[in-house]
Amino acid sequence: MGRVSTSATDHSPPHAGFAFILKKALLSAFVALVLFSLMIGIRTEAGPTGQLTYWTRFDELAITVAIVFVGSIVIELVRRWLGPSGASELVPARVQNGLAASGRYVAPALLIFTLLVPVIFYRQRYILDLGVLVLTYVMLGWGLNVVVGLAGLLDLGYVAFYAVGAYSYALFATTFGLSFWICLPIAGILASLWGVMLGFPVLRLRGDYLAIVTLAFGEIIRLVIVNWQSLTGGPNGISSIPRPTLFGIPLTPGPNGFAAKLGIAFDPTHRLVFLFYIILAMALITNWVTIRLRGLPIGRAWEALREDEVACRALGINTTTTKLTAFATGALFGGFAGAFFATRQGFISPESFTFQESALVLAIVVLGGMGSQLGVALAALAMIGGFELFRGLEQYRMLVFGVAMVLLMIWRPRGLIGHRAPTVYLKQAQAISSDLVKEGHG
Amino acid sequence: MSEPMSGADHILSVDRLTMRFGGIVAVNALSFEAQRRKITALIGPNGAGKTTVFNCITGFYKPTAGTMRLASGSGPIALERLNDFRISKQAKVARTFQNIRLFPGMTVLENLMVAQHNTLMRASGLTFLGLLGVPSWRAAEKRAIEHATFWLNRIGLYDRADDAAGNLAYGDQRRLEIARAMCTEPTLLCLDEPAAGLNARESAALSELLLSIRAEQGTSILLIEHDMSVVMEISDHVVVMDYGVKIAEGAPNEVRDDPRVIAAYLGADEEEAIAVMESDN
Amino acid sequence: MDYFAQQLINGLVLGSIYGLIAIGYTMVYGIVGMINFAHGDIFMIGGFIALISFLILVSFGLTAVPVILLIVLLVSMAITALYGWTVERIAYRPLRHSFRLAPMLSAIGMSFVLSNFSQVAQGARVKPVPPIITGGYTLHHSADGFVVRLSNVQIVVVLTTIVLLAIFTWLVARTRLGRDMRACEQDQTMAALLGVDVDRTISMTFVIGAALAAVAGMMYLLYYGQVDFFMGFVAGIKAFTAAVLGGIGSLPGAMLGGLAIGLIETFWSAYFSVEYKDVAAFSILIVVLIFMPTGLLGRPEVEKV
Repeated sequence: MGRVSTSATDHSPPHAGFAFILKKALLSAFVALVLFSLMIGIRTEAGPTGQLTYWTRFDELAITVAIVFVGSIVIELVRRWLGPSGASELVPARVQNGLAASGRYVAPALLIFTLLVPVIFYRQRYILDLGVLVLTYVMLGWGLNVVVGLAGLLDLGYVAFYAVGAYSYALFATTFGLSFWICLPIAGILASLWGVMLGFPVLRLRGDYLAIVTLAFGEIIRLVIVNWQSLTGGPNGISSIPRPTLFGIPLTPGPNGFAAKLGIAFDPTHRLVFLFYIILAMALITNWVTIRLRGLPIGRAWEALREDEVACRALGINTTTTKLTAFATGALFGGFAGAFFATRQGFISPESFTFQESALVLAIVVLGGMGSQLGVALAALAMIGGFELFRGLEQYRMLVFGVAMVLLMIWRPRGLIGHRAPTVYLKQAQAISSDLVKEGHG
Repeated sequence: MSEPMSGADHILSVDRLTMRFGGIVAVNALSFEAQRRKITALIGPNGAGKTTVFNCITGFYKPTAGTMRLASGSGPIALERLNDFRISKQAKVARTFQNIRLFPGMTVLENLMVAQHNTLMRASGLTFLGLLGVPSWRAAEKRAIEHATFWLNRIGLYDRADDAAGNLAYGDQRRLEIARAMCTEPTLLCLDEPAAGLNARESAALSELLLSIRAEQGTSILLIEHDMSVVMEISDHVVVMDYGVKIAEGAPNEVRDDPRVIAAYLGADEEEAIAVMESDN
Repeated sequence: MDYFAQQLINGLVLGSIYGLIAIGYTMVYGIVGMINFAHGDIFMIGGFIALISFLILVSFGLTAVPVILLIVLLVSMAITALYGWTVERIAYRPLRHSFRLAPMLSAIGMSFVLSNFSQVAQGARVKPVPPIITGGYTLHHSADGFVVRLSNVQIVVVLTTIVLLAIFTWLVARTRLGRDMRACEQDQTMAALLGVDVDRTISMTFVIGAALAAVAGMMYLLYYGQVDFFMGFVAGIKAFTAAVLGGIGSLPGAMLGGLAIGLIETFWSAYFSVEYKDVAAFSILIVVLIFMPTGLLGRPEVEKV
């Protein structure tokens, strides 16, 4: 079934010369000038007595317009050079096949490397810290992947489960003094219950509506946390959250600490390494469970749901419970990750649970190539690693993130990993191109 | 409730089925019966309301009025009271769609495995036994794969089992959809234009498949079809609709010569009807 | 009773602002079927443009308030409309035939770009302005000293909304553009085959939505006396709630929904709790989508199988 193209392509006829490019660049520059004339050209600020003053920044405006002008020319030239098929022809087919074949080795190699990170980088706390952060987002990504990647449900409020897990652990630990290992399953179950409660009324919504409702739920959770001060401490959060112990032995300096028991010198890095392996284990368990579930009827039902919900109903599948289990499973992992986050930081506040977090995890899942475990892990590494590069330039971080999201959708909406692996086969598992795989409508 | 037993050999009894969308009456007090182990065809010009009837029977629309009784081992089931997935799960009514609805990003085999979801869910102990890899689960999975393989051989797609369903040729996709419906082990199979877009050879193969399903599985079949050759060849009973009402009913050759039916088709598919008439004389 | 009357006035004024933003959401959803997540931030940009324009005009010595208001209105509508056009061209048009998730994620990205651009360009602090329109009318003195007031600002906001709504309704009902928009809403392919420039029509839809959001931004600045880079997020969700409540795709519905949300939020803050007023608005969104997804004035959709 073909479609009538209703939009004029942006491709200019190849023989239209430099005049066309120049005209286009001038137009872009003019638009930029108007757009940025006030926002960049003028800088307002509240003065010391509270009244608003401003000063001009015409030089910055001129630079920006010039960049737009030049950039427009460059983009148009690059587009001409690449031709109508775009960047996909850039890499010859042989290299592409080679990359695809070696892809099988990427996952085990990455795993071995990750296991050895604390050994290799023992002296560099910064790297270990970053590793813990990346692994936390890998786990979040794998959790959301169940909902968005496998079941095709658009969840924009995943941070809610993260928050429930974190606050559950924090409250149980600080109020009842329970250890991390006991609170972890509680946090997961509570998050999962919230996932079911959230899911139940909204699951018959589709696509964009489901997305915005989950966003609303995420915001409600955050607002309740901020305002229910007696329970959650409000904007001040909860502090002095206990760290995990190894079989009851705390990793502290002192006579009953882990180091003392082993007879070695205390080193604060021990705890960091301990945390690293905890989150790695949690993430790997998440991964293992997800892969197993994919091969079980429930996982296959999730993917079938994403492919075609109507056909699922015609085959006797209860789509409501299928969606609920996807939500509950994703929420469970989110809750676990939240509990870990709380214990790693020792302090949580509502600022960590904003919509931006949900968007970040969603971007990781989409960048990874929804449904692909390896892709999500690589995407988390890329995103969080990329964020770290912006240390010191924090105000530009989210701006670049936004731009990256737009570019990603335009250039490679299917994500890094371009295929899906089937879960059962008679003779040979053949990877299915992501062009065939549906993205789900919720 | 005492209702005249429509006869033990009726699998589906539709009584005064009515479907209204706002001001439009798509189906108006339609009544007919489909016999067990027989093929019943529902034909009529475009817009006659046939797919709407299907959607009512298979639970995608809630009928405005009327009843649909499905005969089953535990007594008659009121289809108008069940909705979507329960019609397939409890009443064992399966269907295919006018615009093929496969799972294109999943392999042929996976499509057939999804069809056996309910059986497999029970066997996996609601997933938990499956997670543990318990032997009874593994045996059930093996059985499901064998069942799928049986149907793959029936429709001649055994060699394509691991290909993506979206990559299949059109005719193969149609057959796969039917096989997938059959994997749910239905008592009533509803097919919405199964021959649409098939050439003569493929239509003949389709007819053969449906006849063999009727003979070997004993499944009752209800189909909507525009391809008269298929209808004439395989149907035991034909119901003709136009503008939402039944205008004729009977054996294929009775209906074919019915002037009301010919009049209804005049202006649409006229050449086809006449060609079939001519070829049989 | 007087307290109630005051809240009624306040709620209607707030609701007018929400309604102007909601129209943008509902028009875009009607014509391209996507929720423009960046629309709330367009509203915020409109507020900033209005703020800066005010500053410049006042510093040039202009004192005639109506003249200032008119100039600021036109300037902020024009520039913000260009923002809306640019966003559509860059982030949405290339994805029009892509899969469902792509425009939504692109819109979220664009939302981040706009709000952070504003933060980077103008600083993260709230920008306050002294009251530009002052004075008003005392409607009623109650026995216990409570005064029901209708301020001039409130009158300006409501009047501006009514005038723009009238212009806009005329635009949709009577002009060629409006007819093209309605045609594209029904069937894009057919409209294209009949000679409608679909690209231009969609662009104009975004442009008009952005212009109305700019007006809302300016009204917000006049009414509350400040803007900040984050005001688009919450206002956007509330305005979208209004659009859904009124029936997505319906223009009178968007305004009606806006007024409803404005009233509900004002009354909730006045009689229950101020801290949870956003929770109330978000909860309404959830409740409406679950129980009444077609809203008050919308058309029910039947699933095609």
